Amino acid sequence: MVELTIFALGILLIDLWVPRESKWINAVGAFVGVLFAAVCVWQIQSTLPSGAAGFYNSLLVDRFAIYFWYLFLAGAAIAILMSVRYLDLEDEHHGEYYALLLLSVVGMMCMAAGIDIVLIFIGLELMAISTYVLVGFLRRDRRSNEAALKYLLLGAFSSGIFAYGLSLFYGLSGSTNLAIIQRAISAQNPHNPVVVIALLTTITGLLFKIAAVPFHQWAPDAYEGAPTSITGFMSVAVKAAAWAMLLRILLFGLWPLRAIYTPMIVVVSIATMTGANFAALTQSNTKRLLAYSSIAHVGYMLLAFVAMGTSQPGSPGFLDGFKGILIYLLVYTFMNLGAFAVITSLRQHNVIGDEIDDMAGLYQRAPVEAVLMLLFLLSLAGIPPAAGFLGKYYIFLSLIESGHYGLASLGVFYSLFGLYYYLKIANAMLMRAPMETERLPISLGMRCAVGVTALATIVIGVYPEPFIRGVNWSLGIVQSPHVAAMVR
Amino acid sequence: MQSHILSIILFTPLVGALVLLFVPKENKDAIRWIANIFALGGFLISLPLVPMFWAQRFEPGFKFLEGTPNNWIPSIGAGYNLGIDGISFLLIMLTTLLGWISILSSWTAIEIRVKEYYVWFLVLQTGMLGVFMALDFFLFFVFWEAMLVPMYLLIGIWGGPRKLYAAIKFFLYTLLGSVLMLLGILFLYFHHHTVTNPQVFTFSIPELYKTAPMIPFQYAIWLFVAFFIGFAIKVPMFPFHTWLPDAHVEAPTAGSVILAGVLLKMGTYGFVRFSLPFFPAVVSHPRVQSWMIGLSLVGIIYGALVSLMQKDMKKLVAYSSVSHLGFCTLGIFALNPLGLSGSVLQQINHGISTGALFLIVGILYERRHTREIAEYGGISNVMPVYATITMIMFLSSMGLPLLNGFVGEFTILQGAFTANWKWAAWAAPGVVLAAAYLLWLYQRVFFGTVTNPKNEKLHDLTPREVLMFVPLIVMALWIGVYPKPFFQILEQPVNQIVQTIHDNANANAPVNAQVAPEPALPASVVVGAKASN
Repeated sequence: MVELTIFALGILLIDLWVPRESKWINAVGAFVGVLFAAVCVWQIQSTLPSGAAGFYNSLLVDRFAIYFWYLFLAGAAIAILMSVRYLDLEDEHHGEYYALLLLSVVGMMCMAAGIDIVLIFIGLELMAISTYVLVGFLRRDRRSNEAALKYLLLGAFSSGIFAYGLSLFYGLSGSTNLAIIQRAISAQNPHNPVVVIALLTTITGLLFKIAAVPFHQWAPDAYEGAPTSITGFMSVAVKAAAWAMLLRILLFGLWPLRAIYTPMIVVVSIATMTGANFAALTQSNTKRLLAYSSIAHVGYMLLAFVAMGTSQPGSPGFLDGFKGILIYLLVYTFMNLGAFAVITSLRQHNVIGDEIDDMAGLYQRAPVEAVLMLLFLLSLAGIPPAAGFLGKYYIFLSLIESGHYGLASLGVFYSLFGLYYYLKIANAMLMRAPMETERLPISLGMRCAVGVTALATIVIGVYPEPFIRGVNWSLGIVQSPHVAAMVR
Repeated sequence: MQSHILSIILFTPLVGALVLLFVPKENKDAIRWIANIFALGGFLISLPLVPMFWAQRFEPGFKFLEGTPNNWIPSIGAGYNLGIDGISFLLIMLTTLLGWISILSSWTAIEIRVKEYYVWFLVLQTGMLGVFMALDFFLFFVFWEAMLVPMYLLIGIWGGPRKLYAAIKFFLYTLLGSVLMLLGILFLYFHHHTVTNPQVFTFSIPELYKTAPMIPFQYAIWLFVAFFIGFAIKVPMFPFHTWLPDAHVEAPTAGSVILAGVLLKMGTYGFVRFSLPFFPAVVSHPRVQSWMIGLSLVGIIYGALVSLMQKDMKKLVAYSSVSHLGFCTLGIFALNPLGLSGSVLQQINHGISTGALFLIVGILYERRHTREIAEYGGISNVMPVYATITMIMFLSSMGLPLLNGFVGEFTILQGAFTANWKWAAWAAPGVVLAAAYLLWLYQRVFFGTVTNPKNEKLHDLTPREVLMFVPLIVMALWIGVYPKPFFQILEQPVNQIVQTIHDNANANAPVNAQVAPEPALPASVVVGAKASN
């Protein structure tokens, strides 16, 4: 984390010296920073196998956190690869871009590892403020400015509500540490109105950050207006960080209140799937379509959360729901970034390239990218052997195991909607005549990004064993005595 | 010591697809040759399976087993397990044969994006074979869904005018079925975990066979419905058939052949392989059974009547599939050895005859680019060889004695009659109607004088086109004249399924009055007698 901060500040400094033509040095710097951070995480992982608390017990570096750290770093690395040429085309190549990207990753890391609500909140704000700026990075594009402003206003508002909820919990327990809060709450009467209000406001903040209906309104606008590489980054890493925070707070800190919040989550997940899938059906802009699809995916993940909230810790339904969310975030990182990478590559000097019509005949213009896009879309739709199926598999399995047959049927029903709108893109790519015939020029960085994401999508789909083991390993959190004491 | 013949058969087409990726796409003839070599190779490699299987046809259980349980994804208990019994053996042979024939039939029909076409076709071939070979539910589901993608592309890229609509409709419809089936699979998987001691998670189908019949009736009925919708859409049974005419009409010829010949069989295969042995108490419940039989009968009559009305030849053949598959499901849900073995044999027959019918339509379409029946007339004058072959395949499809269709339909009707004579009585008009729509079609297209001047210069079949029909005609005659080996191959698995149903039906459900309470007769006794007549 410290390393990343140094790199981010370093880039800001170096940026002053680098001439306009060779801004790619910043990207290289950022990429090296991410790699370096990954190495450091790996060292932490091998020296601290059971998890360790630090910074006056506000930070818990356990396997759960390390899993998410890798996820954030992978997302950031791929986003950097996607950005180089795109920023050239937009003529907005500034060092701040990469610095902000790295700083937002630092924020995410705090969110995933924090067990103190103050630290979590600081991490959240660090991430959020960096992304507000990144969304509005295309200064000359009015859509980008509009998106940034909307995101900033709504985001700040929800952060306020979230902070209010956290402060109430501080008032109830006298501590900002999640473990102590948990102990204090379990001693309280759960129907105490203050507890309920605190829970409601906290959950509102959390649901806003993962963009669940009815707190999703910012997402389509922000996704559409942001630079496409940032859209991809937001839809995976930012979302994963919000999920990490949600899991930490709801599953550990507020676990005693699960009987109150699980019914709310049921309603929200149904609303999310319904709203997002219906809205996505009519979109003609690919970025907006994928924005709604990513909201729909949040709905599926919330289903797994419902399965967890209604079963005992350690029972198959709980474990598979947990694994489902973690695996889903993993495969989602690759398949969604891949899809956004292909959309980014459509950006040319005179074409914005984010309408479905711009996809028409992509196969004739860039056959490899078109076929890989098909792979990403099928993976998003959950068709095996692409990786997306594994996420769906775990989520539906956890629902079956916890006895939610109705919710499971609803989930598979909505996955048909998903297939329909993904196929709309696929049809345009593969089966329609191209509007232009020239081949798409695609940069090396972009090729790497698409290649890596495609490889990950297919490998996780065909041979998921090591990845499932990885998730099982990260769930060692439940077995480690230090945290198991917290879950009680 | 494991033999790897199944894996070799399974992956030969996929290897072909990978090889094709490295051929430059301008070199169309090389691509065609390579694809045909791999398709023919895939068929030839599957031939040694015949004597090997024949030698152990009466042995119980699955044969040529490959892989140990849970060797693929041990964390969730999924394994790369292959194995076949008589039912899947016949369907695999049908798949490799039809795969080769349809790739051969595409030589001149496909002119655009040739490379992709063959790549996807070979991938499709692997997917279909995998469905019939998989002995692990996870593996099965992967193949079952992965196979949809190439089919969707075949329809969507190389299809007719409404290809986009047809492709999406096909994909959505079949996915609806398979996601419901996925929930069913997951329930079985979890149920296995709860009832076994020590608790195990496994997708192994032979293991699930042991525990699935223990599911309480009120759950089993819903599971049956979930699986039923998945398979019924695929078959397609009567109310779920609306995707079929669209997909068939828009698909390229070879796509239709595979769709009718193999893909539809996955639905009936699913019934035989999963629905019956997993939910014996449900399928033998009188009300469920009469619903299934009722839908089959409606399908038989409705499909035939609609065929009679068609102006488009391909649509006619498509609806005739609905009727023929109705016979197959009728045989399955008669729940006796005769009905079941007749049904599986009829599935093979339908693959041979209807596959040939689509090829026949495709040949005319390639020459004239229309399938309107009214555009034709007197074709037998200009294309005599074609007319002869068509006659043979029409007769086989309508069930003329000494050709394959007769044996299958007769056995099914016999099975249905044993169970309840009224069922057979309702199904019999289907045979008559089949003769009506096919002969009427033949009369309109082939007889008389050439009325349309565009038809005067049509050239007769090329040697390549004749070659496509030879194996189909040989098989049609063989099954028609001497079906005994086929029934022997089917005897063991069919009897085992019927046995499972009888054991569990008596244990779990009220005594089933409608199924004749005969102890499962060895099919070969009855059928062998008929064949020697």
